[in-house]
Amino acid sequence: MNARDVAAVVIGGSAGALEALGEILPVLGDDFALPIAVVVHIPARRPSLLVEVLRAKCRLAVKEAEDKELFGPGTVYVAPPDYHLLIEKRGRCSLSVDELVHFSRPSIDVLFESAADAYGPRLIGVLLTGANEDGAAGLARIKQAGGTTAVQAPDSAAVATMPAAGLRLASPDHVLALPELGPLVARLGTPGHSSNMRRRS
Amino acid sequence: MTTPRLDTDFDFELRLLLDAIYHKYHYDFRNYSEASLKRRLKTALGQLHCETISGLQERVLHEPNTFAELLRFLTVQVSDLFRDPSYFRSIREKVVPLLRTYPSLKVWVAGCATGEEAYSLAILLAEEGLLERTQIYATDIHPESLRAGAEGVYDIERFVRFSENYVAAGGRFSLSNYYTARYGSALFDRALRKSILFSDHSLATDSVFAEVELVSCRNVLIYFEQDLQNHAIALLRDALRRKGFLGLGAKETLRFSEHAAEFVDFVPEDRIYQRI
Repeated sequence: MNARDVAAVVIGGSAGALEALGEILPVLGDDFALPIAVVVHIPARRPSLLVEVLRAKCRLAVKEAEDKELFGPGTVYVAPPDYHLLIEKRGRCSLSVDELVHFSRPSIDVLFESAADAYGPRLIGVLLTGANEDGAAGLARIKQAGGTTAVQAPDSAAVATMPAAGLRLASPDHVLALPELGPLVARLGTPGHSSNMRRRS
Repeated sequence: MTTPRLDTDFDFELRLLLDAIYHKYHYDFRNYSEASLKRRLKTALGQLHCETISGLQERVLHEPNTFAELLRFLTVQVSDLFRDPSYFRSIREKVVPLLRTYPSLKVWVAGCATGEEAYSLAILLAEEGLLERTQIYATDIHPESLRAGAEGVYDIERFVRFSENYVAAGGRFSLSNYYTARYGSALFDRALRKSILFSDHSLATDSVFAEVELVSCRNVLIYFEQDLQNHAIALLRDALRRKGFLGLGAKETLRFSEHAAEFVDFVPEDRIYQRI
């Protein structure tokens, strides 16, 4: 069942998430070959500096996700403000202006649920710090589809509401303090990693 | 990164439902982006009290009312007046001076939902002294939305945001000049209402109905798969006269389209293109 190799990573967060991403993503080096889709709650009407801020810190390529764009390896795709980011089958991005979910557009649930549908067990989902419960249901869906789930330990989060909801709804595989999340993603996303080997058997 | 995976029952049933809708009602959602469609259908299942897509299909085929309700979930888009104010500012400052050179104007708002964008353009053209010689066509596939648009009545509470947008878009007066408020609603003036013809048209299955100087089709293409996007863009191109303008949504682009070479960038930052 080598189809279980991980194909993509999705990460979501709200309050404090920009700082958290600034610790996680720089851990990933040039050899990290998975696409990463990111939703951070940001005000809809201000031009977003998210891409610039992350780009300055990362070795991976960072860009705003474009409609119908095909996921490429080792690239971070950030949801644009005021649009939901969804993942289609075969790793293509779609944008939508459908209604807000948990008062948010982009919504983490929308990204996570569509990615779980697109990738099933070949997905890693990471839920970070945040002040509402967006993302928890999506993380549960990833888990249900056989994907790997991780939550920032609530006591290490700037705001615990979001990861606590993730913990409650999804019973995630990993609950880790911020400094351990980057290495986890790096490890799980590396081909031939022991946990992939185990899952394959 | 792109290994295929097995379809679930939901996916199979989704295809069957879309085929059934197409054959029975001639609405073609078969080439819509699947991820959004699935999400909307899941909401519809809950609201219409169906366990499965095939259960919903049974009802859709035998109860036209259920289809009408489902159509609402599949199509309805909520927009704002002057959504993305900078787009309307560019239309006003950069496109209008060229539109002014034509003795009469036709404008097409494709995928108009409940008409917010059509009224925004009508107000803008009125302020530029062009409305009297303009026919605006506002088209959509959802009959209830078209009816709502033609009525021109909107919840007054939305006008706080609408007014902010109007000002940011370079509005010259006050938005309240254009409507009458009563009982919590705002009714747009008759002059605006009669400048817009709301009618049924599908970018998937219908053809060109007029030659126009400006097409505004915003946040519609993102709901289509690429083939349907290309089909729709060809249709919009065919509707445009030479040197006519096409405005897309803030995150939509012709860049990846097979018709990209048939347009030039006019205001790239606001996704306004000009047909060659």
